[in-house]
Amino acid sequence: MTQITTDTPLEESAFGKKAAGPVGWLDSRLGLAKAGKGLVRKVFPDHWSFFLGEIALYSFIVLLLTGVFLTFWYVPSMEEVTYTGSYAPLRGLEMSKAYASTLDISFDIRGGLLMRQIHHWAAMLFIASMIAHMLRVFFTGAYRKPREVNWLIGVGLFSLALIEGFAGYSLPDDLLSGTGLRFVDGLIRSIPIIGSYAEFFVFGGEYPGELIIPRLYMAHILLVPAILLGLITAHLLLLVYHKHTQWPGPGRTENNVVGYPVLPVYAAKAGGFFFVVFGFIVLVSATLQLNPVWSYGPYNPSEVTAGSQPDWYMGWVEGAVRIMPNWETTILGWTFSWNVFIPAVVLLTALFGLLAAYPFVERWVTKDDREHHLLQRPRNAPVRTGLGVAGMTAYGVLWIAGGNDVIATQFHMDIYTITWLCRIGFFVAPVIAFVVTKRICISLQRQDTETLLHGYETGVLERSPDGGYSERHAPLPANVAYTVSARDEVRVIEAPEDTDEHGVRAPGGLKARLHARASRFYHEDVAEKPTRHEVEEAAHHHADHDGHALEPGARDEFQGISETGVPHQH
Amino acid sequence: MSTHQPGDAVQRADDADPHGEVEVKQGSFAERAEPLDNPGLPEHLPRPTDVYPEAERRAERQVAGMFFLATVLALAFCVLYFVVPIDATFLGWSGLNFALGGTLGASLLLIGLGAVQWAKKLMADEEMVEMRHPAVSNDDDRTEMLAKFNQGVNESGIRRRPLIRNTLLGALGVLGLPAIVLLRDLGPLPGKKQFETVWASGMRVVNDVAGTPLRPADIEVGQLVNAQPFAFFETDESGEHVIHGAELLQEKSKASVIVVRMRPEDITPAPGQENWGIEGILCFSKICTHVGCPISLWEQQTHHLLCPCHQSTYDLSDGGKVIFGPAHRPLPQLPLALDDEGYIIATSDFTVPVGPSFPEVEQDK
Ligand code: HEM
Ligand code: FES
Repeated sequence: MTQITTDTPLEESAFGKKAAGPVGWLDSRLGLAKAGKGLVRKVFPDHWSFFLGEIALYSFIVLLLTGVFLTFWYVPSMEEVTYTGSYAPLRGLEMSKAYASTLDISFDIRGGLLMRQIHHWAAMLFIASMIAHMLRVFFTGAYRKPREVNWLIGVGLFSLALIEGFAGYSLPDDLLSGTGLRFVDGLIRSIPIIGSYAEFFVFGGEYPGELIIPRLYMAHILLVPAILLGLITAHLLLLVYHKHTQWPGPGRTENNVVGYPVLPVYAAKAGGFFFVVFGFIVLVSATLQLNPVWSYGPYNPSEVTAGSQPDWYMGWVEGAVRIMPNWETTILGWTFSWNVFIPAVVLLTALFGLLAAYPFVERWVTKDDREHHLLQRPRNAPVRTGLGVAGMTAYGVLWIAGGNDVIATQFHMDIYTITWLCRIGFFVAPVIAFVVTKRICISLQRQDTETLLHGYETGVLERSPDGGYSERHAPLPANVAYTVSARDEVRVIEAPEDTDEHGVRAPGGLKARLHARASRFYHEDVAEKPTRHEVEEAAHHHADHDGHALEPGARDEFQGISETGVPHQH
Repeated sequence: MSTHQPGDAVQRADDADPHGEVEVKQGSFAERAEPLDNPGLPEHLPRPTDVYPEAERRAERQVAGMFFLATVLALAFCVLYFVVPIDATFLGWSGLNFALGGTLGASLLLIGLGAVQWAKKLMADEEMVEMRHPAVSNDDDRTEMLAKFNQGVNESGIRRRPLIRNTLLGALGVLGLPAIVLLRDLGPLPGKKQFETVWASGMRVVNDVAGTPLRPADIEVGQLVNAQPFAFFETDESGEHVIHGAELLQEKSKASVIVVRMRPEDITPAPGQENWGIEGILCFSKICTHVGCPISLWEQQTHHLLCPCHQSTYDLSDGGKVIFGPAHRPLPQLPLALDDEGYIIATSDFTVPVGPSFPEVEQDK
């Protein structure tokens, strides 16, 4: 501790004196000090859920590094060659150069297999952590003003990441990736009216043709990563401008940000975390085999491997395609393949559309124009949390549907029954999930009020002289009580009177009534938090005649409330 | 100590809803007093490493130890790269992958854990407070920005000279066309390609692996044979396949077929297709009409053919009708006959398009 103050300033140390020249040279050209002084000690709040976005960022860097390595040998060509490499079972077979070069990377380039493994595992982690990050932003209300633009950028990142992942998955040109491409071909054909033209333009002729792999390669290593990089940069710049959100807690307000400075703690933790994520991905890649393309063989449109499945993040689209009824209509000679178009194209567009629209819809309902920098616990926004869980449930049902054949064989169920269950489940399960989640949130809110007013259960049973048993309650420590009590409250906005005193319909009445309904839907039933008066009352009550009240436990023993916002303990 | 309440958000009056269809009562948000005062930042408690020199030294040794081990592992990676043969196997898989990944991964992980441990145990851990500022620009900035912008616009004279403005906008707008036109050669137009396959009258139906022609006697009742048109096995004088490479894949993704044999009495042929089979032998497209997977799962008792991709199920005894799943159109059937030598041949191309539907699929060729 004390050394910190006795350390010599950097500029007087031997290293500092040597570095002063070059740094001064740069500063007089780039204005380093002006730009950097605000950043060096910038404060970042700390919470495990704030690391999810970082994991996405770090896996993206890992993807860039390993991807560049793979480009040294990968040949994006569908030209036919005879395989002569070291993997004996395929030697002598005709295949595309793309597939042959993927085999070379796996069997003839030292470390090539490892890089392929790392690249694919990092892609999985990239998308998984991005989804987790998005869910945390959603469920805590971090997308509220002023962060809506960053939410939109996030939605863009998410959609591009799926495209990027799919393009990469197609590059090896093995039997499995070819099956995926065939799916995309069917999907493009299903676009109303222009489907056939779109197909011929995308594939450069009839499926599969000779151009799709070079084109996907261009998208995978240039177009999409460049846009991703630009969006990520914008995402992070906005993060710096807005400053990170934080959980409510003692000393934390809407007007400040409490945490650790970039230099040294945040830099060390975030930098260290990059290596942890990278190391983790490498260790997984060393041990768990992923996408062994050599065992599938080259692409052949008349063959399919049983149980062929896309990467997990596309599983839900696959599921939707599986459970969609086989509707196809022909109007004036034009065929509309709803059976493919709705589950693939419409559903994907709908997902991104809903995600992008949500902050604005919520803002329309709440009419809340304030800036928000304190996060909400999911229970304190029961309708939002319910909607989020409903969405996750629908996603989950589709995902299960995507594995209906696997489930059928594993559980000896009839595949038609599973399909029907999923069809019904897709509509029913989200509604149930919404109602149940909302109820749970509200009872958690009530429970918070209860603990706030009457203390937490100590788990100590007491027997009174007259033989009755009761559990000891102890008041919450002040810090925790504050954390539980500190939450934003929003109220129902009622419609103005329908008609004025002369019986004339108020202008804009319909819109206002619609809005009032939405507002009621959003805020109704939400448990109100206790008033100052109630809290004081209860405190007196405790002091006066609750002989059993315990002293508030020592802070580091207390574990009654979830960790969010409980002051850091070291 | 701060007494800010979470409710008093950074708010600016000029942000209120300008349309005001619904009046937002000022302070309708959390206008009630917070039940509890913000107690302010909790007091900072020292860690064991702040208090006990031995704990501090132990942490220092731990961190340095991890960094040292990371160095050793990175060196080990380099050695193993040259020492482990590329075809070595370990636990049934690439030994080199295991060796390189294990050392590299552990090395990275240790650097990371070391840095995190350093931050947690040894770096100053007092929380800092920084004030926020509303995202919106302040009024002075806005006024200044607007004034400058107006001056710029006025100096350009763009508002006084609509002719220039409109011709420029027109030119820029039309410039979008070359960008679109340039994409025309991304691919040829579909023409009738989607309606045609290499099947033609008299073409032999051959086994898909060896290319041997099929005779009715080769196929037993209940059996399914994967087949192809003979054209795929045709060679020129120099022994090269006539159709190969990308063209072969394109044709295969339309012309692949399956040949099945059922008891003739089980079959209900579609009208006009009564004579498309030979003694209960029928030939269907192998390409699913849903999104084009090759179909392969055959249940001989029920005559059902199941697509492995999304479980569309076709009844081959009933003209390839869809009986379950997302596919809509029946599986196209290829009319068969026997040639002079008794081999199975096609009597024409498919009469309807094969593969996934497309907008023109129901139109006449
Ligand atoms: C390439 C993928 C992404 C990367 C690398 C990334 C990275 C990050 C990082 C490092 C942060 C700060 C730490 C954190 O809050 O977790 C952040 C914040 C944020 N991200 Fe992302 N993110 C990605 C995708 C997304 C997606 C898909 C969304 C939502 C649709 C999103 C929305 C946001 C928002 C609104 C913030 C500000 C949150 C706050 O201040 O609390 N991001 N992002
Ligand atoms: S491709 Fe056959 S069911 Fe989808």
